[in-house]
Amino acid sequence: MEVSGLRVLFLIVLAATALPGCAMFGGDGGTEAAPTSVPAADSAGTAVPSDESPADRPIIEPQVERREIKRARIDTEDFEIGAYFGVISIEDFESNTVYGGRLAYHLSEDFFIEGTVGKSKAGRTSYETLAGSAALLDDDDRDYTYYALSLGWNALPGEVFVGENRAYNSAFYLVAGIGSTTFAGDDRFTVSGGFGYRILPTDWLAVHFDVRDHVFDIDLLGEKKIVNNLEAHLGLSVFF
Amino acid sequence: MLRWLRPLAVLVAFFAMAGARADDETLTKILIADPFIELHTGPGRGYPVFHVVERGREVEIVKRRTDWFQVRTDRGVEGWVPRAQMIATLEPTGEPLDLQEPARENYMSRRWQGGIMAGDFGGASEVSVFGGYAFSDNLSIELTLTHILGEFSNGASATLGLMHVFVPEWRASPYFTLGTGIIYTDPKSTLVRAEDRTDQIGYVGGGIQLYLTRRFMLRTEYRDNVVFTSRDDNEEVDEWKYLGFAFFF
Repeated sequence: MEVSGLRVLFLIVLAATALPGCAMFGGDGGTEAAPTSVPAADSAGTAVPSDESPADRPIIEPQVERREIKRARIDTEDFEIGAYFGVISIEDFESNTVYGGRLAYHLSEDFFIEGTVGKSKAGRTSYETLAGSAALLDDDDRDYTYYALSLGWNALPGEVFVGENRAYNSAFYLVAGIGSTTFAGDDRFTVSGGFGYRILPTDWLAVHFDVRDHVFDIDLLGEKKIVNNLEAHLGLSVFF
Repeated sequence: MLRWLRPLAVLVAFFAMAGARADDETLTKILIADPFIELHTGPGRGYPVFHVVERGREVEIVKRRTDWFQVRTDRGVEGWVPRAQMIATLEPTGEPLDLQEPARENYMSRRWQGGIMAGDFGGASEVSVFGGYAFSDNLSIELTLTHILGEFSNGASATLGLMHVFVPEWRASPYFTLGTGIIYTDPKSTLVRAEDRTDQIGYVGGGIQLYLTRRFMLRTEYRDNVVFTSRDDNEEVDEWKYLGFAFFF
C-alpha cells in the first residue's frame, strides 16, 4: 500500500505546481480594474486645494444641503426557521407523536432548500404486545430521530380567502430529500419525500401542514426490508 | 403528558420570540423612474396586481424575498414588486438602485457556493453538504461534511480542499479537486475487532459542474480517498458523489 501513498504525494506535488500556473490563464479583469480608480480619486483630491486661491473663490458660498448618501440596505428575508409537531407512523412500531425543527432557504419564488430534524419514540410491535414478555428493543433504542436535506418546489402558489375582506398568501409545495434516521441503535440512509401546504397570515409568519414519507432499509426483524414511515405535522415558521 | 407538553412549550416560546421582533427603523426610499410600477399582492408572478404607483413618486422598500420587493407607498399601501421593475427605480441620490442578482450574466463573479450531494462511499450511502469560496475564477476552497451510512459501518467526515474549475465560463465545466480532512468510522457491533476510530483522510478527484439556470448548478464528482489508518496499511476508498445540487450567491 506504499504505492498509493506515493501516488497521493505525487499528485499533491503535481497540483501544487500546476494550479498556480492555471490560475494565470484566468484573465482576471477584476484585479486590473481596481488600481485605476485610485489615481482618479487622487486627482480629484488635489483639485480641491487649487480652488482655494483668493481669485477663484466664489463671492457667495453656496449653502448646498447634502443628502446623506446611504447604500440601500434592504432587509432580505429568504430564510425561514420553524418548529413542527405531529404524528409519525413507525412501521411495526405504532404511531407516535413527532416534533422537530426546520430551516429553509428560499432560492427563488419557486424553489427552496430545507433541512429538518425530527424526534419521536417508537412504541411496541404487535408481536411484543401479544407475546407479553419479550421486548425487541431497549428503551433507548426506541428513540427515533431523523434529519433530512430536501429540495422543495412551490408547485401551486396562491391565495386563500377567509371571508370577504381577508386574503392570505399560500402555497402547495412538493419536497424530496435525503438524510439519515437513527433508530434501533443504528443510523440508516433515508430517502424522504412528500408535500406540504403553507399559509402566511402575515408577511413573515407561515403556518405549515406537511405530509412526509421516510423510506429506508432495515434488518431488525431478521431479514432486510424497506420500511415507509409516514408523518403528518403542523408547524409554524418565521421568515428572517 | 409531559411528552406532549414539551414540544408545545417550545412552540409557544418560539411564537412569542417571533412576535417580539422589533419593527423596521429606517427604510430605504426609492424614486420611481419607470412610467409606473405595479404592486402585486404576493411575492410571486401569479399574484394579482392591485395598485399602481406612477413615475416620480417615492416608495419605501420594506423587505426583499427572493426576487420580490415589498414596498410601501406614501399612502401606506404595501405590495410586492418584481426585481425587473425595481431596476428602473432610482435612489434618492439619482443613481439607479444597485440590485445584484446571481444569474448567468454574473455567473462568473460568483464567490460563495453551497449545496447538497448524495452518493456512494466504498459501498456505503452518503449524504454530504458543502460550502465553498472562490478566490479567483478558477480556484476555490471548499469544505465538505459527509455522513456515511453503510451496512457494516457508519461514519462521518469533514474535508477541506481546493477545487480548480478548468474553464469556468463553460456551461458544463470539468474540475479537479484535492484536499484533506478527518474521517470518523463507527463499525457496527456485529463485526469482530470493532472499534471506533478517527483517521486522517486525503483525496484527489474530479467532477463536472453544470450550470442550470439563474443561480443553480448540478454537480457530479468522483474522489479517490486514502484513509491514513493507524494499521500497517492505508485504506483506499472510491467515492462517487452521483448527484449534487448547488447554488451560488
